[in-house]
Amino acid sequence: MGSQGGFGQSKEFLDLIKSIGESRSKSEEDRIVLSEIETLRRRLSDPDIPKRKIKEYIVRLVYVEMLGHDASFGHIYAVKMTHDDNLLSKRTGYLAVTLFLNEDHDLIILIVNTIQKDLRSDNYLVVCAALTAVCRLINEETIPAVLPQVVELLGHPKEAVRKKAIMALHRFYQKSPGTVSHLVSNFRKKLCDNDPGVMGATLCPLFDLITTDVNSYKDLVISFVSILKQVAERRLPKTYDYHQMPAPFIQIKLLKILALLGSGDKQASEKMYTVVGDVFRKCDTTSNIGNAVLYECICCVSCIYPNTKLLEAAAESIAKFLKSDSHNLKYMGIDALGRLIKTSPDIAEQHQLAVIDCLEDPDDTLKRKTFELLYKMTKSSNVEVIVDRMIDYMISINDNHYKTEIASRCVELAEQFAPSNQWFIQTMNRVFEHAGDLVNIKVAHNLMRLIAEGFGEDDETADSQLRSSAVESYLRIMSEPKLPSVFLQVICWVLGEYGTADGKYSASYISGRLCDVAEAYSSDETVKAYAITALMKLHAFEMAAGRKIDMLPECQCLIEELSASHSTDLQQRAYELQSLVSLDRRAVESVMPADASCEDIEVDKELSFLDKHIQGAIEKGAQPYIPESERSGSLNISNLSIRDQPEVSTHSLRFEAYELPKPVAQPKPSIPQASSTELVPVPEPSYSRESTYAVPVPTVSSSVSGSTELKLRLDGVQKKWGKPTYGSSSTPDMPSQKSENGLSRNDDSSISMSRPQSSLDYRKPSVEITPEKQRLAASLFGASSKTERRTTSTHKAVRSTGQVAEKTQVAKPVDPPIAKATPVQPPPDLLDLGEPISTSSAPEVDPFKQLECLLDQSESASASSHTADNSSKLPDIMSLYSGMPTSGQTSGAVGPISVNGDHLVSPSEVGVIATPAGTSGPVQFSKGPNLKDALNKDARVRQMGVTPTSQNPNLFKDLLG
Amino acid sequence: MIHFVLLISRQGKVRLTKWYSPYSQKERSKVIRELSGLVLTRGPKLCNFVEWREFKVVYKRYASLYFCMCIDQDDNELEILEIIHHFVEILDRYFGSVCELDLIFNFHKAYYILDEILIAGELQESSKKTVARLIAAQDSLVEAAKEQASSISNIIAQATK
Repeated sequence: MGSQGGFGQSKEFLDLIKSIGESRSKSEEDRIVLSEIETLRRRLSDPDIPKRKIKEYIVRLVYVEMLGHDASFGHIYAVKMTHDDNLLSKRTGYLAVTLFLNEDHDLIILIVNTIQKDLRSDNYLVVCAALTAVCRLINEETIPAVLPQVVELLGHPKEAVRKKAIMALHRFYQKSPGTVSHLVSNFRKKLCDNDPGVMGATLCPLFDLITTDVNSYKDLVISFVSILKQVAERRLPKTYDYHQMPAPFIQIKLLKILALLGSGDKQASEKMYTVVGDVFRKCDTTSNIGNAVLYECICCVSCIYPNTKLLEAAAESIAKFLKSDSHNLKYMGIDALGRLIKTSPDIAEQHQLAVIDCLEDPDDTLKRKTFELLYKMTKSSNVEVIVDRMIDYMISINDNHYKTEIASRCVELAEQFAPSNQWFIQTMNRVFEHAGDLVNIKVAHNLMRLIAEGFGEDDETADSQLRSSAVESYLRIMSEPKLPSVFLQVICWVLGEYGTADGKYSASYISGRLCDVAEAYSSDETVKAYAITALMKLHAFEMAAGRKIDMLPECQCLIEELSASHSTDLQQRAYELQSLVSLDRRAVESVMPADASCEDIEVDKELSFLDKHIQGAIEKGAQPYIPESERSGSLNISNLSIRDQPEVSTHSLRFEAYELPKPVAQPKPSIPQASSTELVPVPEPSYSRESTYAVPVPTVSSSVSGSTELKLRLDGVQKKWGKPTYGSSSTPDMPSQKSENGLSRNDDSSISMSRPQSSLDYRKPSVEITPEKQRLAASLFGASSKTERRTTSTHKAVRSTGQVAEKTQVAKPVDPPIAKATPVQPPPDLLDLGEPISTSSAPEVDPFKQLECLLDQSESASASSHTADNSSKLPDIMSLYSGMPTSGQTSGAVGPISVNGDHLVSPSEVGVIATPAGTSGPVQFSKGPNLKDALNKDARVRQMGVTPTSQNPNLFKDLLG
Repeated sequence: MIHFVLLISRQGKVRLTKWYSPYSQKERSKVIRELSGLVLTRGPKLCNFVEWREFKVVYKRYASLYFCMCIDQDDNELEILEIIHHFVEILDRYFGSVCELDLIFNFHKAYYILDEILIAGELQESSKKTVARLIAAQDSLVEAAKEQASSISNIIAQATK
């Protein structure tokens, strides 16, 4: 028995693989694997199995785990195997261990010793194996155990070892920068290593280091530039060439580093211009790798201090990318455009049609990238079109992760560039309606704040108009079934606050609607809480205005229901409403003043009223309070022997002598402000923030809600409406208290608000007599073609024709050709240009789809479908490999080949192998020797008794075709 | 950095997985399930990139095998595409017109090769020759060890038959 043929595995293992390959269903596969696990468990627990056997069992374990089953019982055997003296076993052991274990696994501790020993080995292959394991397994805690040896290995005579040692150090740096900070100079030294491989590897850690601290590495600019120059001039050994490009991977890394170093630094950038220009010129734009380097050049150019010549070259390359047929290149082109747009914003205009083609492409990836680009180039002039498109797309997708992202982008853009309040509210309504449960709750709070605060200008009428339009739209939307909870909260709040403000709707009408909501969403306590609070406000306002209001029967019902609710919060609200109704007018007025949500409540965040108490306690000998942030960093003084938290929590093995305790920052005696927000527990459900207590809440709890608000907003991008005044979401019941963050914020937002309006004028005219695409282009890019301005899809009243005319005259020199080009290509042509690709691809896709269906559904439908499938796949493999997706050829070739495949339905293996050869002439040509190889392989497998059935003839196909 | 490398067949069978970022066994199966759903259904002419969670997945199809690599948002996709190709070329050189079957039966060798190309999620060696030389050195050691072992174990095997 023993090893067989060329595959070096035992018959048993081959049988396992074969039976798994032939299993017809997942459950069958699972059964096979489970019985295999049982076998392995039995065999491995046998105390005297030969070593060679263990090795195979371990490999089988790896296989089992790769299939997604749990083989943790065998991990210990793999660990044991790393202790083996035999290099072969050791290597298998290391391989298995690196595949099995994560760095936080308990067994790691058993390997550290072996690794230490192996790092000292004379055999460089053993050292290499150990270093590979180091990169994968050593965690923060065990770094000190191997660090000295790894550093020593930086000087190893074998370049493979040096390279791996560098990578290991890089890994350590990623895991815990502190442990290797004193070794950073080694990376600099290794940059000058004789071996290009080591130098290339050193670029990885240097890139990371430079990312965190650019300024310390400015001196290296010259070195990097000269290395890149040498690489570009083909001074490196030929073996580093890849598809005729000189060491492209190293070039890319260098360009990335240069981009970091040159960013915003004119002096450093000037040193780079020549070499980057050289690389630009030398790139081979026909190969994929050439384009990869080119793309990196563009990224670099867009990062460093702008240089006109380079920017032109970059723009040219982008144009090439976008014009390419390859989706990959288009994608890169869009991405590059997004980068370059920051430095030269007008470049997008030249490519408007290409961008729009990408936007309408069936390829989702491309579409998303294009949305990202649009997001980057949004201005107040095109925000409406862009956000509209985004929302449409958002509605059409199911991927929650991306839906959330695009929703938050919509909100962000709307907040930043909203041309009008109405538009903003409408947009927000749409976002909430379709992605309400995915958007961050703070977006809802921002919306409420906007409605409460209005535009921040002293224009009361505009504000009340905004409010009544919001109320109206909400009353309309409310009747829709199944609205997201967050949206309902906003609706309830706004209706409660402003439902009756303009006198258009009666309080009883609104209360009725609110009761409906509470009833329809009876399982959602938050919504119910919002609804009942809104009811309370309605009643309070009516009473304060001196009008008599009768409690609606359904409202009465609701109160009764809620006062018996399981939720104490709902109960309290219900009781509050009940007692409020029985109060007299003056009391109600002071409890619930109308439209006072913007009044701020002063929060003593520092809890200064406690200072006295603390002082007293400290005088009595109490320990001063140490904030959490200071605690975790350096604990050692306060609790003597314990070092720091991570090590305390896990097992703390020490590999070296204890060092002296570090001096620790003196803890502040008073309670720090920052930490108070961190430490105060976040109150659970969000509605607690909208607390409507009839009596002023104790300051402590209000500071709690205040701090949550602040905390929530920490991640916010700077926004127009996104100012953290927390008054808006808390109710107006505490008018006596004033907040510290009140007025200045309001001013702030009003300033930023006026910006978009002033920039409205920048909107440029656009073409009318064009297909939809051009119109879209115009609205997105503000095209400068000199036709009538477009009037559709804008609610904007402000538009200055004078400005427009001026704009067109001052149009940059780039514009005329484009303006010319657009009319030259008649609209249908433009469409045609884009169409053939999509139309030709559509029928082409279908057969594949059908074949896939065949494959998936009728597993028994064996060879015929496989063969056909197999052969029809050929052309696109070829095209993939050659890197030149020739659309015409491919679509042409598919027909005959698949027909051919249908003829060749003989399920015999020979037929299967013959298929690729028989069907495609060019393929056969290039695969002359490969076919023989494949036959040999097949024969070998058969000798072993593993007869590959027709299950997957593709297995024999050479990957490189 | 590359977070993981995944080789899946057209039928969704896993041929090789290598994780450079920590993922529990459960997460791993979930990732594989999600990605095979995402990648295998894509048409032949679309981009070789997919946005997935907060990462990007670059994939390339060779015969019936999909090579996927998961990378960060700001990595260069075309470069990763070429790293995949670099890997396949080295496999091809090693196995001699490599096919899926080679990888099925010799997945551990594929792992060794991958370990020479990528380490800790970064490209460590871009010279095919250097990689080939290292692998050959390892193999020759293995061969030597095997000869020794097999001469003994063959005797034992013969005797026990």
